[in-house]
Amino acid sequence: MKKMSKTFINNAITYALVIVAFIVMTILQNAGVLTRSMKGQLIPICVYIVMAVSLNLVVGISGELCLGHAGFMSVGAFTGVVAAACLAGGVPNPTLRLILAMIVGGLIAAVAGVIIGVPVLRLRGDYLAIVTLAFGEIIRNVINCLYVALDGSALRMSFNTPVVQEAARTAEGIPFQVLINGPQGATVATKLATFTMGFVLIIFSLIVVLNLINSRSGRAIMAIRDNRIAAESVGIGVTKYKMMAFVISAALAGMAGALYSLNYSTVTASKFKFDTSILVLVFVVLGGIGNIRGSIIAATLLTVLPELLRAFNDYRMLIYAIVLILVMLTTNNPRFKQLRESLAEKLRRGKGAGNESEGGV
Amino acid sequence: MVFLSYLINGISLGSVYAIIALGYTMVYGIAKMLNFAHGDVIMVGAYISFCVTQYLGMPAIVSIVAAMFVCTVLGMLIERMAYKPLREAPKLAVLITAIGVSYLLQNSAQLIWGSNPKSFNSLVNIGSIRLFDGALLISDEAIVTVLCCIIIMVALTLFTSRTKMGKAMRAVSEDKGAAQLMGVDVNFTISITFAIGSALAAIAGVLLCSSYPVLQPTTGSMPGIKAFTAAVFGGIGSIPGAMLGGILLGLIEIFGKAYISTELGDAIVFLILIIMLLVKPTGLLGKKVNEKV
Repeated sequence: MKKMSKTFINNAITYALVIVAFIVMTILQNAGVLTRSMKGQLIPICVYIVMAVSLNLVVGISGELCLGHAGFMSVGAFTGVVAAACLAGGVPNPTLRLILAMIVGGLIAAVAGVIIGVPVLRLRGDYLAIVTLAFGEIIRNVINCLYVALDGSALRMSFNTPVVQEAARTAEGIPFQVLINGPQGATVATKLATFTMGFVLIIFSLIVVLNLINSRSGRAIMAIRDNRIAAESVGIGVTKYKMMAFVISAALAGMAGALYSLNYSTVTASKFKFDTSILVLVFVVLGGIGNIRGSIIAATLLTVLPELLRAFNDYRMLIYAIVLILVMLTTNNPRFKQLRESLAEKLRRGKGAGNESEGGV
Repeated sequence: MVFLSYLINGISLGSVYAIIALGYTMVYGIAKMLNFAHGDVIMVGAYISFCVTQYLGMPAIVSIVAAMFVCTVLGMLIERMAYKPLREAPKLAVLITAIGVSYLLQNSAQLIWGSNPKSFNSLVNIGSIRLFDGALLISDEAIVTVLCCIIIMVALTLFTSRTKMGKAMRAVSEDKGAAQLMGVDVNFTISITFAIGSALAAIAGVLLCSSYPVLQPTTGSMPGIKAFTAAVFGGIGSIPGAMLGGILLGLIEIFGKAYISTELGDAIVFLILIIMLLVKPTGLLGKKVNEKV
C-alpha cells in the first residue's frame, strides 16, 4: 500500500513539473520576455523530451541498448509531412490536422518498429545495439532515395528517380506538389506545430509510459530486464513484452518526429542520422537510466545548453563535450557516490528523528 | 575486367576497415567497451600526417611515424583520463563518455584545422601496376594498403600468441580478476592495448586518406561506424574475425555500389550485416557464450 502511494507521488511530481514548466513558459512567451532563439527552442525541447522518454522505455525499462532511435523519428517525420499535405484539403482545422499527422506518423513508425523488432529482439547485448544502429542508417539511406509528390489528390512515389509532372496534367490544371524530394528532403507547406501541442504530446507520452511501467506488463518487462532466464521460467513471454516496449517506443518517437518536421519548412533525412540517436541516448543516460523525470530534465537542459553557450561561439560544442565527460566521470566516481549516499542517509535520519521526536538519534 | 577492378577496390577498402576494426575488437576484447572515439583517432592521425608532410615538408615515412606516435600517446591519454576512472561503472556510462571523447576530438580538430575539407596528397608513390594492356589498373595505394593489412595481421597474431604481453592480454580478456591474481598488471595491459589500437588507427587514417583524399574533422566517423560493424560482423573480440569482417564489408560495399545502387551502398552493407547476425548471432568467428542461470 505504501509503495503504491510512493509511485503515485513520484508520477504526480513528474506531471506537475511538466505542467508548471509549460505554464511558466507560456506566461513568459506572452509577456514577450523570451528571445527569438529561446522561442525557437520550445518545440524542439518538447520533441526531444518525448524522444528521451520513449527511448528510456527501451534502454531503461526494457534494458536493451538502442542506437537507432532517430530512425523511427525520421519515419514519423516524413510520413507526418505527407499526411499533413494530403489532409490539407479535407481537414481545415490546423490543430486537428497536426494531431492526425502525428497519429499517422506514430502508426507508421510503429509498423517500422514491428518490422525491425522481429529480427532485432532475437539478438542480445552489443549485437542488438549494432543492429539497431544499422537499421537507423538503412532508414536514413532509403529516405534519402525516396521521392513523393502529391498529384491532384493521389500520391505518387518513386525510388531513386525524381517524380516528374506529366505535361498533360499541367494543362488540365491539376495541382502538383513535390513533398519529398530525395536528398533535398521534405517541404512543409504550413508549419502546424505549436508549443501547446508539444506539451500535449509530452503529457500523452508520459501517460502511456508511466502507466505501462506501473502495470502488469511493465513489471514483466522489468523482470525480463533484470533476469531474462528467471522471467522466462515463471512464464513471462520474453518476445511479446520486449516487442511491446520496443513498438510503443517507436510509435512515440514517430509522433515526436511528425511534430518536429511540421515545425520547419524543410526537413532532410540527414537531420536524423546516428548523431541524433546518440544525442537522445545521452539525455537518457545523463538523466538516469530508467528514470523518466530525469530524462525530461536532461533533455531540456542539454537542448538549451548549446544555445546558452552560443556566446562562446566556436567553442560551444567543445564545452558541451567536456561537460558531458565531466558529468559522467563525477556521477560515476565512487567518492561522489559515497558522498551522495551519506547525504541521503543523513536526510533520512533527520526525517526519522522528526517522526520519533524524542528518539534522540 | 571491370569486375576485377571492383574486386581490388573492395579488398583495398576492406583492408582499411580491417585495420580500424582490429583496434575496436582488441579494445572490446580487453576492456569490454565500445570505444566510439576510435574513428576520431583515425582522423587525428590523418591530420598529423597531413601537417608533417605539408607544413614541415618531411618525407612520407616520417609523417606516418609521427602520426602513429601522436595517436599512441593520445589513445593512452584518453584511456587514462576518461575510461580508467569508469572501469567499474555501468557499460552505458562508459559508452556515453566515449561519445563525449569523440565529440571532443572532432571539435578540437575543427578549432585547430578548421572545418573546410583539406585535400590530402597521397603518401604512397611507388607507381601503379597496369595489367592486360592497361585494362586493369591496380593503384599503388591499393597494393600498399593490402600489404600493410597482411603485415599487421601477421604481426598481431604473433604478438598475441607468442609474446608475454600478448599472453597477458589474452589473460585479461578472459578474466580480469584471475589475471590480476596471477601477477598480470591489468592497468598496464589495457594501456598497451589502447596504444596498439591507436597506432593502428593512425596507419588506417593515412591509408584511408591516401585512397579517398578528403580530410575534414568528420572524416573518421563513418569509417569508424563501418569498421565497428566489420568487427561485429566477424565476431567482436576476435582478431581474425575483425580482419575477415573488414574485408568482406569492403567487398560488399564496393560491389553493392557498383552493381545494385550507388545511393543505397551503405544500406546494403547494413542489411547484409543484419541478415548475417540473424543467421549467426555472434558474428562469423565469434565465440558462443553459454548463459548460466
